[in-house]
Amino acid sequence: MALSISLSVNGQPRDVELDDPRVTLLDLLRERLVLAGTKKGCDRGQCGACTVLVDGRRINSCLVLAASLDGAEVTTIEGLAQGETLHPVQAAFIAHDGFQCGYCTPGQIMSAVGLIAEGHAGDDPERIRELMSGNICRCAAYKGITEAVLEAQQTLAGADSSRRDAA
Amino acid sequence: MNRFDYIQPASVAEAIAAVSEPGSVYLGAGTNLLDLMKIGVSRPQRVVDITRLPGLDRIDWLPDGGVRIGALVRNSDLAYDERFAKTFPVVAEALLSGASAQLRNAATVGGNLMQRTRCAYFQDLGSACNRRVPGSGCDALGGQSRLHAVLGWSEHCIATHPSDFCVPLVALDAMVEVEGPRGTREIALDSLHALPGSTPEQETTLAAGELIVALRLPAEVASFADNARYLKLRERTSYAFAVVSAAAALEMEGDTIRAARIALGGVAAKPWRAREAEASLAGAKPTAEAFAGAAELALAEARPSGANAFKIELARRIVARALNFALAGTPQEMPALPASPFSTNPGAYHVA
Repeated sequence: MALSISLSVNGQPRDVELDDPRVTLLDLLRERLVLAGTKKGCDRGQCGACTVLVDGRRINSCLVLAASLDGAEVTTIEGLAQGETLHPVQAAFIAHDGFQCGYCTPGQIMSAVGLIAEGHAGDDPERIRELMSGNICRCAAYKGITEAVLEAQQTLAGADSSRRDAA
Repeated sequence: MNRFDYIQPASVAEAIAAVSEPGSVYLGAGTNLLDLMKIGVSRPQRVVDITRLPGLDRIDWLPDGGVRIGALVRNSDLAYDERFAKTFPVVAEALLSGASAQLRNAATVGGNLMQRTRCAYFQDLGSACNRRVPGSGCDALGGQSRLHAVLGWSEHCIATHPSDFCVPLVALDAMVEVEGPRGTREIALDSLHALPGSTPEQETTLAAGELIVALRLPAEVASFADNARYLKLRERTSYAFAVVSAAAALEMEGDTIRAARIALGGVAAKPWRAREAEASLAGAKPTAEAFAGAAELALAEARPSGANAFKIELARRIVARALNFALAGTPQEMPALPASPFSTNPGAYHVA
């Protein structure tokens, strides 16, 4: 049974023919669209390594069928940087040592981008830890991750207000 | 995962017709079903994707002040809906204490009600499980049963229902709207989930092909909004199922309890409403003795199903503590760690 879907991945329109409805979004990204930045950890929604944005919301890409996403806008870790310029969340993870082995990092960063967009954490590290709890880091870089999210949030808020000032 | 046919119906009627084929299942966000398909516990021949059905993703306020929540409303959208969180804060707190932010962004209201037990023996194809394979036995009995049921279980099944959301919902008289091959009907949420008895494979009272389309909360339970809390004990700070949880809501008149609502999670195959405990508090003063008495009544019929006798005393303490928190008042702002015993004092941080 062939299923045709069209979706936008990192701003690029992609038409995909699925020969099998079992393909998850995670496997579509990694195996068929050659976007291997999104990681497969547990493949069961327990670790967060596969976190991407779908229509601006962070989700576990391992737990959604690609076939159900016709028309969706997907953003992966590959879609954050603008050329050589890192996204503020990426830059903050480097500045604060928000990783060690790096395997969970794409998921952590996408989750942080989603968290900041949701706007429920304020500048409370307790809320940031709680709202990042869906991303496991077995190197336990949590302290740096929390600091990175706090700083990136401030950077993005500053960028917003300077855009408003310029307007 | 086994092969299956994938169907995306355009209407509820089409969905109900599509699922009438034997071996068919409804697919919502898939956060539970896809997981169970990956491990072979669920092996549907046909998957009917309901996520595009029109009109089921709305929160509608009814003229009398009640609310009707479409089955496809996402957990996070409901929890952060300002009017909903203000009117039914205990439900919002329970929602935000469940799963992770990513899962809450995906998971639907209807799917939360229909989620399966997290019993490890249910998920392990090498174990006997009457719920998965009727008549095969229950390896949880006499197995690793620390987290299993202490209320309403049978020798055929000791699994618990894992939902947080359902616990305050059942306390607040939520109604479930269902559509099926024989038309529409309503079920009290308290009657949706079945106790195992000798047929643990019958997890709900839904008939074949029936689809949950909406959930309703009545206007009158908004009277608990000022004194309502959900308290959830977990084995780690966040992103874990409840060992034991409780929703407690009080309607106060001066220093007297006019009415109380109490329900427990993690203790039975369904969210457990404690009606006798509630009745014991009506008209009473909110004293430690009254709360301890209510907790005693809530667990009066509890008995261990294995290595989990500790859960009975734990559940009593969680009920009494949730009542105390409810008495202290619903927080103005959602706690940083929703439903956690660690975030009850403003300014007290779990991590120093």
